[in-house]
Parts: sequence; C-alpha cells; structure tokens
Amino acid sequence: MEVAKLTDVTRIYKIGEVETRALNGVSLTIESGEFTSLVGPSGSGKTTLLQLIGCLDQPTSGKVIIAGKETTGLSRNQRADLRKGTIGFVFQFFALIPTLTAYENIEMPLLLNGKTAAQRKQRVMDLLSAVGMTDRANNRPDQLSGGQQQRVAVARALATDPKLILADEPTANLDTENGEQVMEIMKKLNKETGTTFVFATHDPRVIKYASRVVTLHDGLIEKDSKVNGK
Amino acid sequence: MINYFKLAYRNLGRHRRRSLLSGLALAMGTALLMFLAAFFQGEMRSAMESTLRLNSGHIQVRDADYDPDKLSVAWDYLIEDPEQVSAQIEALDQVDVATPRLFASGIITAQNDSVGVQIMGIDPASRANDPYRHLVSGEFLMADDREGILIGYPLAQNLALNVGDQINLLVNTSDGTVDEQLFTVRGIYTTGTTAYDKGIVFLPLKKAQAFSGAGNRASMIFVLLKDREQAEFVAEAIPSQNFKVETWRELNSLLVLVNDFSNAYLTVINLIVLGITVTVIVNTMLMSVFERTREIGILSAIGMKGRQIIAMFLAEASLLALGGVTVGSLAGWALSAYFGKVGIYFGDLGLSADMLLEDRIYTYLTLESAINLIVTAFVFTLIASLYPARMASRMEPVEALHSAQ
Repeated sequence: MEVAKLTDVTRIYKIGEVETRALNGVSLTIESGEFTSLVGPSGSGKTTLLQLIGCLDQPTSGKVIIAGKETTGLSRNQRADLRKGTIGFVFQFFALIPTLTAYENIEMPLLLNGKTAAQRKQRVMDLLSAVGMTDRANNRPDQLSGGQQQRVAVARALATDPKLILADEPTANLDTENGEQVMEIMKKLNKETGTTFVFATHDPRVIKYASRVVTLHDGLIEKDSKVNGK
Repeated sequence: MINYFKLAYRNLGRHRRRSLLSGLALAMGTALLMFLAAFFQGEMRSAMESTLRLNSGHIQVRDADYDPDKLSVAWDYLIEDPEQVSAQIEALDQVDVATPRLFASGIITAQNDSVGVQIMGIDPASRANDPYRHLVSGEFLMADDREGILIGYPLAQNLALNVGDQINLLVNTSDGTVDEQLFTVRGIYTTGTTAYDKGIVFLPLKKAQAFSGAGNRASMIFVLLKDREQAEFVAEAIPSQNFKVETWRELNSLLVLVNDFSNAYLTVINLIVLGITVTVIVNTMLMSVFERTREIGILSAIGMKGRQIIAMFLAEASLLALGGVTVGSLAGWALSAYFGKVGIYFGDLGLSADMLLEDRIYTYLTLESAINLIVTAFVFTLIASLYPARMASRMEPVEALHSAQ
C-alpha cells in the first residue's frame, strides 16, 4: 500500500532574483512498512523532499499524495490536520518543547488529536516504556542527554500512531552509542508496528539500517535501490 | 483539550524577570490611572458639593430682575416677605430645606486695614447654613444678635482678628447710600474652602435687612432638595410669577461643562497611558515569538493549528494582564483609599464662586470607574497581543524550523 506518492515534483526557492531548483521533477513512491533512507550530499534535495512528504512545504509543481490524499492546494490548517493524524516528525536538533516534561512532550500530539485523559496516559506510558524512558517521564529536556531527548522525540513522533514517520538527520547530533540506540529503537518499532520510516541522512550508521536507499543529486533521484538493512 | 494557561504560565516562567517587568509596567499604568480617576472624581465631587452646598444650592428663587453680580439691595430687586415664600417652597415634598438670604456688598475696616467683603444675611436656625457652623473659635450667630458678625478664618488671619474683636463694617444700602456700624466678631468659621471663606461675612438676616435698609426682603430663597436630580421637576412646581427660578445645572453651567470635559480628558489620559504600557507587553510578546520561532515550527509540524497558536500566545497575554491589572488595581485602590481619607492639600487655588474647591482634595474612586479601567486595561492588552499572536500563527512551519537551524 502506498503511504506517499510524489509525481514529477519540482520545488524552486526564490531569494530575491535568484532561483534555486531544490527538486527537479522527482517521482517517488513510499510503500507501507518501508525503512527508507534518502541520501546524498548537502544541497541534493533530501530535506526538501522530506518536507514535501511531510506537508511542511508545498511543491512549485507536481503532485504529492499522502495516505491517499492529494495535498496540493491544501490550506495551512488543512495541512496541519493531515500532519497531526498521519505523519510524525523526528528532527536533527532535539526538537522538544523546553517547558514541557518528557511525558508532556509525548502527550502534546495526543492533545491536538483530542484523545481522552485515560487514552493519553496509557499511550504515553507505553511509548515511554518502548523507548526506555519511563524513569525520566517527569524530566524536562534540559535534564535529559541528547540521546534521551531524541528517544523522547521518537516517542512523540509515534504518539498518534501515524502511518509515516519522517526523520531529518536524526543521529547528526548524537554520539555513536546514542545514535545506535535511537536507530535500534526505530528499527524495532518499524518491525513491531509496521510504521513506515523515511530518513534524510548521510550518516552510514543510519543507512545500514535501511531497507531501501534513495540517492539524490542536484534535485534528482540518481539511484533507488532495495537493500538488506540491519 | 490543551491547557493553554499551563503552557502560558511555564512560558512566562522562562524569563521571569522580563515577565515580571512587563507585568509591573501594566501594574504601574493601571495603578496610576486608577489613582488619577479617583483624583479627578474627588476633585469634581468636591467642586460640585462645595459649590452647591456653599454657593448655589439646588434651586435659587430670585426676583425676576435681580442681578446676582451687583449685590444690589434696592427693593425693586428683592423678594418681599421671604419667610412666607420659603415656607411655601419648603412645603413641597422633594424639598429638604428652603431659607431666605440677603446679599449686600461692604467693606470691613480693622486695625487700619480695609477689605471688601460680601455680606450675607442668613437665618441662623436654618439647616441650610450648617456648612458655616464649623467654627475655628467663638460661637455661631443667634437670630436676635444685633452686633455680632461671623467671619471666615483666612479673613481673620489677614486682619489679625480674634473672637471678641471689634470691626467697622460699611454697607451699600437700598437707597444707594452707605451706612456703617461697629460689630463684634462672635465666631470665626471655616468651610475648608479658602476662596469662599476669605470674602464672605455673615449677619443674622434681621440685622442684615435692617442694616442695609432692605426691610422685610431678601435677595433669594436658597433651596436644597432631598435629591438634586429632582431640581427641574421642583423648579416647575414653584410659582414663577415675578420670580426667576434657576436650577443648579443652570446656575453652574461652567462646572457642569468642566465635569463633562473632565471625563473626556480622563479617557484621553487613559488611552495614552494604556497605549504606552501595552506597548511594553506587545514588545515582550514579540520577543517571545522571535525567540520561540523553532518551537512554533515544531508545534505546527505536529499539527497545531493557527488558531491554537494564537490561543497559546493570548493565554500568555491574559496571564500577564491578569497579574499586572490585579496588582495595579490593588495598588491604585489602596492609594485612592489612603488619599480619600487624608486628602491632598492644595490650599487656596484662587477659584471663583463658580467653581469652589476645598483646600484639601479627597480622592474618590467609584466602583464603576474602577471596573471600567480594569476591563479596558485587560481588553487593551489582549487586543494589542493579537498582533504578535497572529504573527506566530502565520509562520510557515518549514520557515520556522529552518530559521532555528
């Protein structure tokens, strides 16, 4: 089943009079349950592609279909609605809300989805347990290490049980041990829950876990190959 | 449902000192405005009460041709048999008290000094004359006193007079000549209004009538009502044949105008001060939006809608406003209450009888003006905070996330 389908997508950024073609007619289909890495050098279009799949941005031309829904022309609020039930995000920087505890950070997407207090509590506790952070539930981000923060971010991305999780350089700011731990957790969740993961990365530690590697260069897909990930 | 106030409380707590200073700015603005409102209201209340109580009353009944500026005691301008006219007016249900008064101009000479005064002949027994019974020394006049005079405290000081001293009083009489007589200072009064006390001396009505040659006549009937808002109704009920009947609004048109104008003046001051204080709040909110651009991007990425982002920032503004306005209102109320008791001394402001002010102004805060101010300050803050809140809500998540990296 297709989770995301991009057809002939182009994204041009215009700064002043200068136009930058970040993506140049890319077509890509992400199937359910995949663990896909988008790789390529800086400026190849990985992050732009990830943002378009995540409905954080809109293409200059082409079509983006997420979970069977055409996203072109959706308003800011309609895109927010689509994101909150369908897509989870893990960012390169440890993107937690600094005033909220680990528990509350994970709870936030559930609040936005209108879950009841009992549902929220059960889900948050399950996720904290899944990422091994139960004992740090009441700690705020500044009381957690980078690795712990990223584990909480992974738990938050999974909170609403989304079809798709997008991760932009999730291990870039982590040491080897913590990077491995975070990837192990995501791979485990992928296998257990069937959640689809797409990473933008050039970290070999991430690429080795992928079941599919899409290589981008100058805004075009250079290579798309199935691999036997870890 | 998201507890926006919990989020707001924590967000404000990130920069405690900054939040505290912003709240303090609003508190100071609110306290200042509340005190100003109390001061203006106290001033206008004092002016209205002093002017009505001492000078105009609620209604004046005079001869149709009488000119109050000339203080003439010519018979043609006076009311004949004033006790009877007073009694008829006092019989009306809405009337509290009605009393005849005779005005004449005179000159007091004492210890080689002379001062021009207004002589007022009053019925010492009438309750309408209670404001003159506050004596610094001596005693009040008796109706049958033929040699006693009551003078104001500032006049007594000017002429270095004490109770028991003698003065020479010269009066313009009804036939256009002058007469003079020695009087003994029976008492020295104070109304708390120097502008009034320094120029008015009292004689018993009978003595004033005899001294000025007015016979059984008076310049006016001074009327106080149970409720001054009934003045127009009562004025119509008084037979106006040969009389001119004027209400306190007609007699104090300047004061009424100043009173109305003071409300507009206060509104302008409110807008200016609130404008400045709210700018501080908006500045704080804008700093907060710029500092939290990444967070706004994250929240937007996980599905927070524009209106929810607006609600989050408005909750912060509400908490700031609630804290600032509460502290400011309490401080403003405390200041107003304190100066409402002890007053603020201004001394003789040299105002005319058209607008008498007590030497000490007592602040007076009405519940209505306090509530108006509190609601205005709160609403002002929220409306102004819409700008940074909307700015935050309109950020494209991708740009917000990028700007932080």
